[in-house]
Amino acid sequence: MAKKPNPIGYEFAKGLWNENPVLASLLGLCPVLAVTNSAENGLAMGLATAFVLINSSLMVSALRKVIPKQVRIAGYIVIIASFVTLADRFLAAYFLEISKSLGPYIPLIVVNCLILGRQEAFASKNGIGRALTDALGMSVGFTAVLIVLGGIREIFGSGSFFGLVLLGDWFEPWMVMILPPGAFFTLGLMIAAANRYNQGRA
Amino acid sequence: MKSVKIVLVLTLIAVFSGGLLALWDSHTSPLIEANMLAELEKGIAKVLPEHDRYQKFEPEGLTCYVGYKDNQPVGVAFETSGPGFQGKVSVMVGLKPDFKEMTGIEVISQIETPGLGTKIVDDPSNKQDSKWFPKQYKGLFTDQPLEVVKNQKAQGNYQVEAITGATISSKAVSRIISLGVAAARPQWEKIAALALHPPAPEPAAAPTEPMPPAKPKEAHLSEPEAATHSE
Repeated sequence: MAKKPNPIGYEFAKGLWNENPVLASLLGLCPVLAVTNSAENGLAMGLATAFVLINSSLMVSALRKVIPKQVRIAGYIVIIASFVTLADRFLAAYFLEISKSLGPYIPLIVVNCLILGRQEAFASKNGIGRALTDALGMSVGFTAVLIVLGGIREIFGSGSFFGLVLLGDWFEPWMVMILPPGAFFTLGLMIAAANRYNQGRA
Repeated sequence: MKSVKIVLVLTLIAVFSGGLLALWDSHTSPLIEANMLAELEKGIAKVLPEHDRYQKFEPEGLTCYVGYKDNQPVGVAFETSGPGFQGKVSVMVGLKPDFKEMTGIEVISQIETPGLGTKIVDDPSNKQDSKWFPKQYKGLFTDQPLEVVKNQKAQGNYQVEAITGATISSKAVSRIISLGVAAARPQWEKIAALALHPPAPEPAAAPTEPMPPAKPKEAHLSEPEAATHSE
């Protein structure tokens, strides 16, 4: 308890690399693997998750002294589920194509362990400002990994990036990259590369 | 008391979140409904290219849309679905008023293998005509089951050429259509007389009709402009 709080800048930056939800903590991998068959889907999933994470962290942090600890998980889930439903309805109303291609993975943000994990580990123990900074950092880190993963899979699997055709007719798309195995291959290589880099740095 | 606080806090969170969601729902529901109606009308327009208005009929067990041009029936469209290679495939089928010859089909939703099974929707490897597979169904007859042939040109009124590498998806689409049309035919026969000899869409004409399924309130008329209505 006597531990000195980290500087606020660190709370943001840790989500980008050192405690990156995907590359370091391996949290919330279900949507990471499932929807990243294109950069656009990765971005949409990242933004939807960011919306839920930031708002939930603000609410949980604001209510952290009000919610009795015996029922805190139930309270967090209701808060998270409310924001997920808002995001789901928003996409269905304004971005039908994205909503269709992400399918059930938007409602499933409710059970994304990244979000509940940040509430339990951080937002419920810190003030609103720090909780917001932490949520922003985690959101940026999560979204960035999804875009990179979706981008790599889209380039090799469809020959395009954000729907723009990069590779011409000569290119035979690697179908496996936009199928589920491609997600595992690519994510595994990304995590290996991140570990390798960290070892070299240490 | 501790337990009172627990109940109180959880109740307040739930009430607040319920209120927020109800508010948001009342804002987005009309938009989502309009989206779904637009999707439906896009599908109907693809399979019944000639119609200038359509009317919904709901005899028991079938929801179908009869398209009219200059008040003459030009076809009937309905959605049917079944198992594909990996999951459910939904197909909108358009038939001429005889309920036999197809005017077109449109795969509404599917989760087939990208690059292979998805050719039932669109085949980018065919540079001349990426829609060659669904287009084959136009003009085919549905009074007998469709047949899928491999490595040869489809002939006659019942044959469909399979997609190379996606025979199961090709057969699934054909089977879904054959079974769907066969299952829908008895329902269609109940209302065919009414749907094919339409009184001009005036509400006053309808109550004299003997068939119950097409009372004005059930067979509501919606034209493309209706997509913008709200409340």
